[in-house]
Parts: sequence; C-alpha cells; structure tokens
Amino acid sequence: MSTDFQFGTDEWVAQEEARRREAEAAGRLGFRLRRAWDRIDPRLRLLAGLALAALVPFVVHNDYHLRVAGFTGLFISLSLGLNVVAGFAGLLDLGYVAFYGIGAYSYALLASPHFHQHWPFWLVLPLVVLISALFGLVLGSPSLRLRGDYLAIVTLGFGQIAGILFLNMDRVNLPFLHLDRPLNITGGPNGIINVDDIRVLGYTFDNVTRYYYLILIFTALILIAIYHLDRSRIGRAWRAIREDELAAQTMGVDVRRLKLLAFSVGAGVAGATGVVFAAWQGAVFPPNFDVTVLIILYSMVVLGGVGTVWGAVSGGVILSILPELLRNPEMARFIFYGALVLGILFAFRRRKLSGLALLGGVILWGLAVKALLTWLRPAWLTQPQIPASIAQSFYAPLIKALNWWMVHPLNSQGVGNIAFAVALGLLLVAYRFKARFQYALWVPALYALTFVWETRLVQEPSITRMLIFGALLVLMMNYRPQGLFGQRRVQRQ
Amino acid sequence: MEAILKQLPQQLVNGITLGSVYALIALGYSMVYGILQLLNFAHGEVYMIGAFIGWGVFALLAPQETLLLPAPVLILLMLVLAMLGCGLLGVVIEWFAYRPLRDAPRIAPLISALGVSFFLQNAVLLTMTARYRTYRTGLLIPRTWQVSAFGATISMTKILVIVVALVLMVGLRYLVQRTRLGKAMRATAQDREAAAMMGIDVDRIIVVTFFIGSALGGAAGVLVGLLFTQVYHFMGFTAGLKGFTAAVFGGIGNIPGAMLGGLLLGIIESIGSGFISPTYKDLIAFALLILVLIFRPNGLLGAKVPQKV
Repeated sequence: MSTDFQFGTDEWVAQEEARRREAEAAGRLGFRLRRAWDRIDPRLRLLAGLALAALVPFVVHNDYHLRVAGFTGLFISLSLGLNVVAGFAGLLDLGYVAFYGIGAYSYALLASPHFHQHWPFWLVLPLVVLISALFGLVLGSPSLRLRGDYLAIVTLGFGQIAGILFLNMDRVNLPFLHLDRPLNITGGPNGIINVDDIRVLGYTFDNVTRYYYLILIFTALILIAIYHLDRSRIGRAWRAIREDELAAQTMGVDVRRLKLLAFSVGAGVAGATGVVFAAWQGAVFPPNFDVTVLIILYSMVVLGGVGTVWGAVSGGVILSILPELLRNPEMARFIFYGALVLGILFAFRRRKLSGLALLGGVILWGLAVKALLTWLRPAWLTQPQIPASIAQSFYAPLIKALNWWMVHPLNSQGVGNIAFAVALGLLLVAYRFKARFQYALWVPALYALTFVWETRLVQEPSITRMLIFGALLVLMMNYRPQGLFGQRRVQRQ
Repeated sequence: MEAILKQLPQQLVNGITLGSVYALIALGYSMVYGILQLLNFAHGEVYMIGAFIGWGVFALLAPQETLLLPAPVLILLMLVLAMLGCGLLGVVIEWFAYRPLRDAPRIAPLISALGVSFFLQNAVLLTMTARYRTYRTGLLIPRTWQVSAFGATISMTKILVIVVALVLMVGLRYLVQRTRLGKAMRATAQDREAAAMMGIDVDRIIVVTFFIGSALGGAAGVLVGLLFTQVYHFMGFTAGLKGFTAAVFGGIGNIPGAMLGGLLLGIIESIGSGFISPTYKDLIAFALLILVLIFRPNGLLGAKVPQKV
C-alpha cells in the first residue's frame, strides 16, 4: 500500500480501489460479464426473462416439466419474500414457511367443500395477505426486543407450532361450545382436498398451462414490487438496519416500524404465494410447509446472494431445476462428472498443470483400485450392464466409460454407506489440511466421492438433493457469503 | 381433581427423567453460546448421532438375545463411545462450519449451522434409512425392576437416566468451577480478547467446549435411546429445539441455569401432556420458549447483559 493519500480519500476507500482492480484482474471474464449485465436496463432484463419464461409451455410438452416450471415460479416469489426479511432487513426469520402455510390453509378453508365455503379468489387473496401480514406483525413484535439469534429461535418455534397445529387441528374440542363431536379444522394429516380452482372474471384456471401463466404473472408482479421496494427509501433504511442497527437509529431511522414492516411484507408475500399454491395443487397437506421447505428457501436465497433481488430469482431457478435433473440417473451422472471436472479446472485455473495432474491422479487411482480388486477379490465385484433404454442415447459413451472405470461392489448399499463416511472424512481433511502434499490428499478424497456417488447418491435422488442443500449452505457461507452473483459487501475491519 | 392429584407423582417422575435429558442437551447449547455467542443448531443432530452410536454398540455387542458383556459394562461402553464420537463430531463441526466464520456477520454462522444440521440429518437418513432402530433395553435392565413410592412407579431405567445425568452434571460443575481448564473456560466466556491477552489459548478452549458440550449431547442420546427405546434420523430436530428452550429458560450461557431449565421444562411438559393432551406436548414447550424470550429474555438465572456496541 502506498502512503500518498489524497485529501478527502479515506484509507479504506483507497484500499477498496486496489481491491476492485485485483478482482478485475482475477476474474476478467466474470467482471466483464457483470458490467455488461449491470448496464442492461432492469426493465429490459425483466421483459427478456418473462419472454423466455412465457415460451416454456411451447417448448415443453410434458405436464410434469411444466409443473416443475410452475413450482420454480412459486419458489422464486417465496425466496423474494424471504429475501425482504432475511436479506434486506437482516432478520433471520425461521418461521417464514408458516406464513406460506397460513396463506395456503386460509385459502383452502375459504374455498373448498371442507366448510362448504366458496369465496371468490379476488376477495380471498387480499384477505389472506392481510391475515398473513397480521401474523407477521404478531411474530415480528418480539423482534423489537430480541437480538439476532434469539429471534431466529423464536421464529423457528413459531414455525414448529404452526406445523403442529396444521397436523393436529383435526380433532379440536372447543370448551363452552358443547359440540357433539370434535371440530375438524385442518384435516390433520389428510389435509384439505378439492380446493377450488382460481376463477377471475369468469375465467377458470383449470389446467397446468393456465396456472403456469398465472404464476408467471404473479411472480413478475411480486418481483416488480420488491425491486422497487428495495430501491426506495424503505429499502435503504432496511439495509441500514441490517448493517448497524444502532447507527441507523441514531440517523433517525424508525427501526421498530421498519422491522415490523419487513416482517409483514415477507409474511404477506408468503401468504399470497400460499394461496396460489393451494389452488394449483388443489389440496394442502402439513408436509408442504415443513422445515425442508425452509431449508430449500434459505439455500436459494443464499446461493443467489442474500439481499439481492436478482440473487433470489437466480437461486430459485437454479435450485428448483437442478434437483429435477438429478432425478434421472444418467443425467445426474452427467451433471455430477461435468461439475466435478469443471470445478477442478476452475479451482486450478491459475495452475492448470496441477489441476490436470489432479484429474489424472483420480483417474489413475480409480484404475489402480479396479485392477487391484479384480486381481485380489474378484468375487466382491459385479459388472453392471447398460440398460437397453439408454444404449443408443447421448449418455451411453459416458456411462460405458464409467462402468469400465469404477468398481461395482456386490453389496453396494453396505459398502457405499461406509464409503460415504470415509469420503466425508477424507474431503474434510483434504479441505482443511494445509501442507506441501495437500493436493495428493484430494486424489483419494475425490475418488471416494465419485464412488459414493455411483453406489449410493445416484440411487437416492431425494436424499442427495437434501445433502446438497445442506452442504451448499455451509460452503456458501464459508466461501462466498455474498452468493454466486452478489457483490462482496463492505468488510468491517 | 382427585384424578389429577393421583397422577401427579407419576407425571413428576416422568418429568424429572425427561428433564434431566433436556438438561444434558441444554448444557451443550449453553456452553457454546456462553463462549462464542453462537447458536449451534447442529447440536440436536449431534444428540441424534449419539443415540445411533449407542444403538450401534448395543447391536454389535448383543447380536442375538444374549449379551457378550455384562449389562453395566455394556451400558458404560455405549455411553463412553457415544460421548467420544459426539465430542469428536462437535469438534469437527466447529472446525469446518464455524471457525472460518468467527468474524463474519452474525447471520452467517447461523445459516451455516442450519446447513450442518440438515446435512447430518440427511447423511443419517442415507446411511441408516428412515427405519426406526430399537434399543432392546429389556435385555439390559429387566422391566420388572422398579420401585413404587407415593403412587408412582419408577423403573430402573429412569433411575439410571437420572443418576447418569446427575453424575455428568456434577462432573461438569466440578470441571468448570474447580479446575484450571474450567477457569480458562470461564475467562474466555467472559471476554474472549482479554482471555487471549492473559495467555489463554482461546482456540483450544473453544475446541474443548465443543467437545464437552457435544459429548454431553451424545450421552443424552444414549439415555433417551434406553428410555424410549426408539431412535430415528429426525429425533434430533425437536429435541434440539427443546434443549435450546431449556437453555434459554434457565438463562443461556449459564450452566446451573441450563440444568434448572431442563428439569423445569421436562416437568412442565410431562404435566402438560398428562393433563391437557399428549398431542400438544411439543406445542407447550415451544409456546413456553416464545413466552420466556418475550418476557424474560435473560432466563430464570441469567443476568442482564448490556448490548455491546
């Protein structure tokens, strides 16, 4: 660092310039892409995104795929809402999914044969938003007194209570009313079914394509609203509170009111999304609103970058589509090995030789293991056949090569489970070990990972998905707390 | 009213048994929070893995209906191995998920902890499947061994749980109050920087704290396995939240507070589930958590801490 500071230039700002230059040099392509992206008018970005999304039903001719696309939209709006609370205002709300559930259950109760109520959608939607926002206020009011982690646990408790109530309010005994049998409010584990389709101005949304466009419009409206909220005075005040509550208060920001506002905006968005979800699915069940959904939402927000609108959108898109791709074992293997190779090359982009050596090392290690086992214990191994259904497909060469390279134990579940523990240990050691030979450690670690992938993870796509979400949260917090596309935030010294 | 009074001693016994387990879990939260002001969400999962380690040792050393070792030795072995395994797991979690984030904004380690918790849960789901695993406690402690007093029956298993929990807590109290290590832990909890300046290896103290807290959680897992006989991958989530409730109830960061909070929570929950409805027993605990945090965020024994700027 040079010492010739100019007047009016703070030392930190001067360093920041240097840092930016450094970043520019480090990821020249990334930096240029970012600048080009930033130059595009946000309205244009939105329109382009919408146009692309509107084409999906013309490209996809499978109801299931369209359903995934619809869920992507719902998850985007949910993570946008979560981003308001957790990202803009920095309040760790772990009861967020409860509002989604409250919205969905409210709609299901007001528009289904369960209580013989069939209220119109245009009336229920504002009402539900109001109800969820009120619940948000109720939950948010303790946040005025509590610090970050206490708030997290109170909201987690609230979310749990909501879940317990959804599950158990099928036999409610109300005192003083003297009902002849317990009241069934939420339908318990059976949920509420036959929820009405959305009907607006005589137009009924009764198939997947129509719902897809409805969700598209809904998500776009929420996106626009939150984008403008973010850039408004309120959004700036939220960020001020997030960065330093005390300082914000000193500058005259009404911390109390703004925190409550953040909670109710988040809750309202979640509630409205819940309404659309309930109508689309035609039913609501307690597991639709459990902790798993919460973790998925946090992964989306964290992956895209906490506190950025585009981050929530990109996180929602990536993490909704990726797990669906993993359901197809061939595709899953293709993505996994592709990601692995690209990941290694990216991590070693400035020492290409080491990266290639590592790749070669893993391949050779695999061959050595295979040769050794075939020689010593051939009875342990099997040779899998390629199913006829994929023999002609695009993946066939890859699968063939993999089957030839990888060892396939007879008892793949048992061996795979042990290998899972071993791989985890090796990866952790390789990750934290700093020594001259540390790259050598990555060879067995990566081989163990591919082995576990082949023997266990490909077989259990739903669990693999959860493992990826969990690991993603930890890794993102460790490596890129600003998210994939977020800007690095001002560091405090 | 008559019926309620008749049930009360039994519910109290159940409550104290459950409460001593909660207290053990709460200690893990409280110790870590005391030193790092970090909410270790993954603690519930550590407890769950402790229960699974105990089950594994049991299944290995009692393959059929016969025990390969005398019952007391086997119980001791289950406890010791679960404590060691969980202690190590706690240290590993600290090393990988929390240490790199020590100076990050507060929200970062919380999210990281959430990720660890979710990861561990699903790792166990992957390797152990969703099947419930059973502790055949009847093999170790015959069900007929029980004491009756004041209209309550106390099974030997419950006595074992209470005694083990008590021994561990007394041991911890001794360690923290009477040894050099305990002194260093208290100093680190009070002021990490000042402790470092006094020549205390703060990183080592943090590792030790994670080890001890997680080991206590592992012991709690084995005790719950012996008591309720069934363990499964999702048991840690609710139990972790309950343990946290107990810790907050007694005053987080405060060791006697965690013990008191655990016992009280267990008793309140047992009485509540006995007299209101077992369906809502978790709800009672979480409602209590919210009420305590809103009206007395420092807990029963906690001192008021001014906000540091």
